[in-house]
Amino acid sequence: MALKWLDKRLKWVFTLPAVLFVALMMVFPLGYTIRLSFFEWSMSAINPPKWVGLDNYKELLSGERFWHDFGITFYFTFAAVIVQMVLGVLIAVLLNRKGKGKNVAKTIFLMPMVATPIAMGMVWLLIFEPSIGVLNTILKTFGLNPLEWLGSVNQVIPSLIIIDTWQWTPMICLLLLAGLTTLPQDPYESADVDGASAWQKFIYITLPLLRPTILVALMLRMIDALKTFDIIFATTQGGPGSSSETLNIYGYILAFQNFKLGLASSLLVLFFLLVLGMTLGVIWLRKRLEVAS
Amino acid sequence: MKRRGMISGYLFTILTVFVLVVFAFPLVWMLLASFKTQIQMQSTSNFFFFEPTMKNYVQVFQENNFMKYIYNSAVVALGATAGGLLLGLPAAYSIARYRMHGLALTILIARIVPGITFLLPWFILFNNMNLIDSYTALILSHMLVSLPFIIWVMIPFFESLPNEIEEAALIDGSSKAGVFVRIVLPISGPGIITSSLMSIIFSWNNFLFSLVLAGEKTKTLPIALFNFISYSEVNWGGLMAAATVITLPIIIIALFSQRYVISGLSAGAVKG
Repeated sequence: MALKWLDKRLKWVFTLPAVLFVALMMVFPLGYTIRLSFFEWSMSAINPPKWVGLDNYKELLSGERFWHDFGITFYFTFAAVIVQMVLGVLIAVLLNRKGKGKNVAKTIFLMPMVATPIAMGMVWLLIFEPSIGVLNTILKTFGLNPLEWLGSVNQVIPSLIIIDTWQWTPMICLLLLAGLTTLPQDPYESADVDGASAWQKFIYITLPLLRPTILVALMLRMIDALKTFDIIFATTQGGPGSSSETLNIYGYILAFQNFKLGLASSLLVLFFLLVLGMTLGVIWLRKRLEVAS
Repeated sequence: MKRRGMISGYLFTILTVFVLVVFAFPLVWMLLASFKTQIQMQSTSNFFFFEPTMKNYVQVFQENNFMKYIYNSAVVALGATAGGLLLGLPAAYSIARYRMHGLALTILIARIVPGITFLLPWFILFNNMNLIDSYTALILSHMLVSLPFIIWVMIPFFESLPNEIEEAALIDGSSKAGVFVRIVLPISGPGIITSSLMSIIFSWNNFLFSLVLAGEKTKTLPIALFNFISYSEVNWGGLMAAATVITLPIIIIALFSQRYVISGLSAGAVKG
């Protein structure tokens, strides 16, 4: 009897717990953050949240720090994603060549992705260390000037991009390798008959056929790059000065170091809208490209 | 023609090896440095040949109580994975069988929303409920990463299962829920292994949620490692030993279950 009741509603009984959990842990908190963004509150029990309307948003949008961090976020995201997409496509094609050791290569490539980001931040801190770091030792042996890497206002973002590229290019390769195995062989065979070079095959066959996979990889990587936290926090915490302070780091500082919860909430709402907007942008781009092809 | 092909073949092999060496380098470097003394660390002549010391590891475990943090990380990772499977497996099955793709998409919003956006309300809420520095708060927060991930990996897996076995069991008079428990789950081993491994890895690596919600009692490994840096002078050997202790279990899991981890990573391509 009970089983019959269950069977009729299985669809909902099976999904309800997961849906409730996600609603309670995500949808409700998201609404709470939006609400809190109209208040001023520093988590004190004596002073309850005070309604300030749009003041938090005005304060953020008219302040220099927000726009500075906005710029840093974009600089980091776009530079990192472009470098990683180019490298990722090239390395994927390189690894896709037939031959022994393909699985060994995949295994080695797996490691940066699963290694604990915060631990890897510490390792890169040592590699970039100006006096004992191995990168400067290498530069010196080639007679080049040592760099300050993470310690310099101008070099810090490129240095962080190196770390991010090391960790996440393999992810792009993995997605592309999966895409490469599904490609049809006929175009390559007829290109061979026509005497096309490896480069021509890459440009005129592989890249266009891989475009859907490339766009998915691009979207996933972009969302994650926008949200980068661990590596930046582990290595620079936004410094030197505020030269590597992204919106995500600023949100953390406002919320959990300064306890300006209202202001932090409005920043997080803006940040969320930014990530959402960029995601929808890529989805739109993908649709357009699909229609065009 | 043939000659040119062979030369470019060698060139590609050399290039591949070079790329792999570059990508493996930081992990090799971490391992080497974890066996070096502070003085050996400063020597630029003996990168690879030196007398290894275990001092750093002894220090990590004796003076810094890393066993406790390993325990905390394991409790949270296993708890979040168990919870994620409990809620996620039935949900994914239902979504796959009844084609509830709208629902699947809604749950995947968790992939897009920056974690810090719901971390702030959680902090306020858990603080009011006296749950900061509790396993409950950590497990619940890590579950929000693992649950959508498990659902995402399991939907295509359940979809790929042949329908005939389930239909045969239904004709034999089994209930739908019974079919799920007695037939579908037992043949879903590979999918469950894949999603569990990924969930454990993401939870083990999670930094932000634990940074805010953990305290002295429940501090996980990444937080302990972060606190290891003292600003006056960095004890690089100790730091690298601690980093190795955190990373090694995950790397070993990944190496031994390579097939599952690769399919998990490419199916979901999710990180917290």
